[in-house]
Amino acid sequence: MTALTADPPSLTLRGWRLPLASAALLLAVLGLSLALGAKPLAPGAVWQGLTDPAAPAWDVVHGMRLPRTLLGLLAGSALGLAGGVMRALTRNPLADPGLLGVNAGASAAVVTASALLGLSGFGGAVWFAFAGAALVAVLVHAVGGGRTATPARLVLAGTAVNAALFSYVSAVELVDTDALDRMRFWTVGSLASAQLGTVAAMTPFVLAGLALALALARPLGALALGEDSARALGSRLPVTRAGATLAVTLLCGAATAACGPLVFVGLLTPHLVARLTGPDPRHQLPYCAVFGPVLLLGADVLGRLVARPGEVQVGVVTAVVGGLLLLALVCRRGGPA
Amino acid sequence: MKALVLSRVLSRGRAAATAARAADRSARRARLVTLLLLFAAAAAAVLALAGGGDLALAPAGVVRALVDPNAATADPATHFVVWELRLPRVVTGLLAGAALALSGAVFQALLRNPLGSPDVLGFTQGAATGALTAIVLLGGVGGAVAVPVGAVAGALLAGGAVLLLARGGRQQLVLVGIAVGAVLTGVNGYLLTRGQLTDAARAVLWLTGSLDGVDWSAAAVLAVALAVLVPLTLGQARALRLLELGEDAATALGVPVARTRRMLLLAALLLAAAAASAAGPVAFVALTAPQLARRLTRAPGPNLLPSAAMGALLLVLADWAAQRAVPGHQLPVGVVTGLLGGGYLVRLLVRERRSATV
Repeated sequence: MTALTADPPSLTLRGWRLPLASAALLLAVLGLSLALGAKPLAPGAVWQGLTDPAAPAWDVVHGMRLPRTLLGLLAGSALGLAGGVMRALTRNPLADPGLLGVNAGASAAVVTASALLGLSGFGGAVWFAFAGAALVAVLVHAVGGGRTATPARLVLAGTAVNAALFSYVSAVELVDTDALDRMRFWTVGSLASAQLGTVAAMTPFVLAGLALALALARPLGALALGEDSARALGSRLPVTRAGATLAVTLLCGAATAACGPLVFVGLLTPHLVARLTGPDPRHQLPYCAVFGPVLLLGADVLGRLVARPGEVQVGVVTAVVGGLLLLALVCRRGGPA
Repeated sequence: MKALVLSRVLSRGRAAATAARAADRSARRARLVTLLLLFAAAAAAVLALAGGGDLALAPAGVVRALVDPNAATADPATHFVVWELRLPRVVTGLLAGAALALSGAVFQALLRNPLGSPDVLGFTQGAATGALTAIVLLGGVGGAVAVPVGAVAGALLAGGAVLLLARGGRQQLVLVGIAVGAVLTGVNGYLLTRGQLTDAARAVLWLTGSLDGVDWSAAAVLAVALAVLVPLTLGQARALRLLELGEDAATALGVPVARTRRMLLLAALLLAAAAASAAGPVAFVALTAPQLARRLTRAPGPNLLPSAAMGALLLVLADWAAQRAVPGHQLPVGVVTGLLGGGYLVRLLVRERRSATV
């Protein structure tokens, strides 16, 4: 699975077609996210709402749909890319930051901060989210067996950490009703309460994480060949590992602080992208950043449509869709070890 | 010369057999002592739990309220608190803990995997989905019966799906269980958003696993289920021990492997579902109790009865801790077991890294 191929399997989509097609897909999802909801808007009305302050759709678009769409774009990029980096780093097809408990670690830290210090909002929470994400990433890696970890062990370690952290979060929220009130929508994983301020505060962290992750694409590609080959190719493994962990922490911490613990975007995205680009992380990672938002916003739009006039939180949609994919993966592999 | 060698071999064999018998006997004694200790601890926990709370009672007072036939007229308030409020909760906790632990012990023995427990395999999430469907979509139609029936049906469906999908071996079973659990967690989240606020609040409490407000009817349903399932399971203890040696060995020793496996799986599923229907999906008791029992008895084999006693003890202790951990708040018991059990699972994974069983 980890061979670097010059000619990936789906050659027809390479060249200029794949970049163009994915850009078109991203634009289409962004448009849908702006247009659909409790009150659907025609494309013309969306454009007027974006550009003309006097238009009737201005409030809907600027007050609700635009922040939501931008948040989905940033969080989706962050989570998709974090999944791709973790997959390349652990050489493990099941390595999803949500499944491995990284997002739950960030959320437990945020809930703790909210209950003990009364912090709320993105600016106060994000540093705690980083700390929690980093701590759990290292813990799961160690429990899962370090460099000898198998997919099954990593997933089990993540399940254990997830379960313990979930209990912790519910305990804190049950004891501290104020914290529950502040955090209860956030803990489900939702884009619905997005604000432009959150999006602006989140942007630098996500951009830093994106830049770091993309800069690591080449060493991660070398790592995909195996540690000895990577060393022979001149990449410094400790630097790569530390950098990749930092990137995952930045991306997952920022995304979780902004929209709660979302699972499976980091599993779905690299899996889909690997089908299109082949296994080389150098090709995969940029597309992970594009297809992450396509999946997250697509799930968000789906959640707005299936339960009209209400809506289903995006975290619920990604959990069901991603869980089904995980099921298909482990059934087909016939006992991954 | 030959005779000498033969007699030496024979005597060595006799010595080994005697040693094995002695080890067997000491293991049996260890199991008995452990069992007695666990029962004593559970009895002490009952006294402490029935005596603790806003109306504090000394153990002697609890015993008097329990056994004195005149207590109801002499001190009706105490009698009411002990008999109607605290005792159902303790009894349900003991029964649910025993059921969960027995179910976990059977799964772990059948799958020959220390992680084979209804939590990891997605059955408890299935029970939750069934119960949530009953709570949220039916909205209380069917009353007290709907939730247990939904829980049992959900657990059976999820269990059947996991067992059908995982044909690739024991390790795949664990992964398939995690995946099915993830899907069902999403479905549960969806069901929660569909319900009325009051239904949702009730459902959240149920999902965490709680003994708040259980009455004698819950304990009675659970007791009936256990009265059928426990003898059934214990009756298969020998077959289960032989199955742990491997299917070929078990077949050679006269165990009808396929039929025994099916029956035990069904019994274990029903045990987990019955416990969930009474107390909600209390996390990780089924995983930890058989492990702890095995460490205490130091005996090989499934250790069914010690596991059940350990589970009962663990659940009431966790409930006791949950009531007192944070002053002024009563946490649901599932929070405590989830925290401790998740930590224990991490420890288990660390320990098993070398032995490569996981």
